[in-house]
Amino acid sequence: MASPASSRASSSRPAWLGVVMLIARRMAAALLTLFLVSAVIFTISGLLPGDAAQEILGQSATPEQVAALRHEMGLDRPGPVRYYEWLRAMAAGDPGKSYVANMPVQDIISDRLPNSLMLAGITALVSVVVALTIGIAGAINRGGRIDKVLNIITLSLVATPEFLIATLGVLLFSVKLLWLPSIAMIGKDASWGEMLRSLALPMLSLAFVVIAQMARMTRAAVADQLDRPYVEMARLKGVPFRRIVLFHVMPNAIGPVVNAIALSLSYLLGGALVVETIFNFPGLASLMVNAVTSRDMPLLQSCAMIFCGAYLALMLVADVIAILANPRLRA
Amino acid sequence: MSGYSPFSRRDLIGAGLAGAGMLALDGCSPGRKARTTRGGSIRVATQSSSTSDTLDPAKASNSTDYTRQFLLYSGLTCIEDDTLVPRPALAETFESDDRITWRFDLRRGVHFHDGKELTSEDVVHSLLRHKDPAVGSKMSAIAAQFAEVRSEGRYGVILRLTSANADLPALLAQPHMLIVKAGQAHPDGTGTGPFRLAEFKPGVRTVALRNPEYWVPGRPRLERIEMIAIPDEVSRINALLSGDVQIVNGVNPRSVRRIAADPGCRTMVTPSSQYTNLIMRRDSMPTGNPDFVQAVKLMIDRPLIHRAIFRGYATIGNDQPIAPFQPYFNAGIPQTLLDTDKARWHVQRSGLTGVRLPLYCSTAAEGSVDMASILQEYGSRVGLNFAVNRMPADGYWSTHWMRHPMSFGNATPRPTADLIFSLFYESGAEWNESGWKDERFDRLLVEARGEADRARRGELYGEMQQIVHDRCGVAIPAFISLIDGFDSRLKGLRPIPLGAFMGYRFAEHVWWED
Repeated sequence: MASPASSRASSSRPAWLGVVMLIARRMAAALLTLFLVSAVIFTISGLLPGDAAQEILGQSATPEQVAALRHEMGLDRPGPVRYYEWLRAMAAGDPGKSYVANMPVQDIISDRLPNSLMLAGITALVSVVVALTIGIAGAINRGGRIDKVLNIITLSLVATPEFLIATLGVLLFSVKLLWLPSIAMIGKDASWGEMLRSLALPMLSLAFVVIAQMARMTRAAVADQLDRPYVEMARLKGVPFRRIVLFHVMPNAIGPVVNAIALSLSYLLGGALVVETIFNFPGLASLMVNAVTSRDMPLLQSCAMIFCGAYLALMLVADVIAILANPRLRA
Repeated sequence: MSGYSPFSRRDLIGAGLAGAGMLALDGCSPGRKARTTRGGSIRVATQSSSTSDTLDPAKASNSTDYTRQFLLYSGLTCIEDDTLVPRPALAETFESDDRITWRFDLRRGVHFHDGKELTSEDVVHSLLRHKDPAVGSKMSAIAAQFAEVRSEGRYGVILRLTSANADLPALLAQPHMLIVKAGQAHPDGTGTGPFRLAEFKPGVRTVALRNPEYWVPGRPRLERIEMIAIPDEVSRINALLSGDVQIVNGVNPRSVRRIAADPGCRTMVTPSSQYTNLIMRRDSMPTGNPDFVQAVKLMIDRPLIHRAIFRGYATIGNDQPIAPFQPYFNAGIPQTLLDTDKARWHVQRSGLTGVRLPLYCSTAAEGSVDMASILQEYGSRVGLNFAVNRMPADGYWSTHWMRHPMSFGNATPRPTADLIFSLFYESGAEWNESGWKDERFDRLLVEARGEADRARRGELYGEMQQIVHDRCGVAIPAFISLIDGFDSRLKGLRPIPLGAFMGYRFAEHVWWED
């Protein structure tokens, strides 16, 4: 199927080299993006009314107290100087010390990051499987009764805000039935069973929204491929339908699907704020909101770097998978 | 009668006019029959928790922090019931002849959680650190009154004030004033309190275990207490109803019926002196015009605010900050009532009919957004045109509160009349919200502070309430009650008007009954 031009290219330059080049280029771009994002965040959060010293002292602050605390935190130095110092430390791998909690940012984040990763991971695992199933089933039965039912369900779930799903879930499973805890309790002494029980409702509310989105994308991508002439050709040649879908259609549809999955994953990591709030889940999103309201610059920057970095990495992975799965993109 | 006695008349009659040392028996130590029921592990959910959670009493800034401090630390004095009379705690006796120089005699044999004995140097360190600007203490304004703090022997502490203050024992019962270990610049939870710290993660949880060597025998009765925060009110109530937590604070009046419908849960209403007030700045126009201020006070429909915003869980206010259930309340001031005709007359006299007046409110000041809407509605009836500006809660206190001619403020419960007046109404006070100045008021404040005679103090505070009611540019429509929800198996809770959770000290009083 490959044209002469692309076969020449792939013979002179092996496929993996192209991918490595791509990764290297994207890494460089990612570093630049992170730098720009940190500069933007620093500038914008500097525009917020009040600073960390005022927020710590709160309503009761006297001007002398604020000045003393500002001096102790080094907030009385000009903004660019503070930014430069943060950047230098960050480049050396030290995210600094939280103004408010008075402990290293690293320690605070290492408490929260595993929680966020675990919630995102489990949710992703469940939702990818369910979403692919729904999407493919819908595409195969396009126009049929199953497709219509799935369409209605996914469309209405996309439109339902997660706080509603979460609240209804709590009312039903925690308050009425007393099956699941209404808040996520993730202590260091919690067993795996308790942990999963705690995670069930947050996962459910996140998964609903994510599954619906991914399923819609999958259905569209697969349906698009099913209309292609090569599918018709394969059918005429007598290839079993299941084989057509799994080995011919899926590799071609994987690009947009993986992209949708990557987008959902980055959302799960940082966008779970509503769910974190409702279930009192100690994750990164609420930590970042915390950092904003307390004007805790080092913590805020580190959170932003993690979210931004995760987003870029996931997008890169999605692109690489799409390229590897589709020979035409490798050139 | 040489030693100053901080007790109410009833106490004095009960104990005879003995020295303060004997009275101490009626203090925080369980003179009443101590129940021996022990055991139980409970989880508490409060309203807010963040990376600024602290183990430093001086920095405590919200109900979550206060409750945590009282788990771990004890104070020189404590307030145990709704009389709000301070009683001896770590200080076995406290006395002063002139209300300037105070002498504290510490309880013997009290130990910190790490085994170190409590001595006067711990107390001196704990009190003096409030004066250090680097600490960032919330009590630095009060600590400015401390002229000298020194130890006298191993168990004696002398505290000399800059001027007489009869309320010192009550001030020392505040959560910020709890005693930490000498030499600790950043207190780590090692106190003399009823619970020992087991785990502390700012913004996530605090776990504390029973201190078997607590200096009050028989207390606490709970084995373990875990504190978390659920900022979302609906989630907090759900957690209580589903049994995931056993006690919550900050229950919205609208949720009371939901909790009452569950046979396993109860609510506790604490009348408190917390209020949300409308501030009219004296130093800007038109709010500096006394006719305008009078018109606004007359057009506030207090019963409506009481009924619609707080669902009856409030006490109607009379534009002065002392609530009816507080000591020294002046019942003789006639209640301001809604009178739109009179208000209109004042508006016309001030010549402000139809002028557009911006009004700043925020969810940061509880109920102020709804109050602003009510005000706007009634304002249109008397010819005032209020423009309601709803501000985000984030940054409201530093950027809007007191910064506009008309904004809303919020004051949390304070233990004494002196504290409320000196924080918010003294003309030189940092938070003189309305920017008013009344020489007679300022003079009375200082006089009342140093006055030992309760009756005379009552007169002085009574007059001050009248002055604020008549002339200050502050409208206080209602005092907001605090509502806690709890599992009915949790026994021993009773309201103390200083704050939620029995004035934040429930943990050492309650017990669990299956």
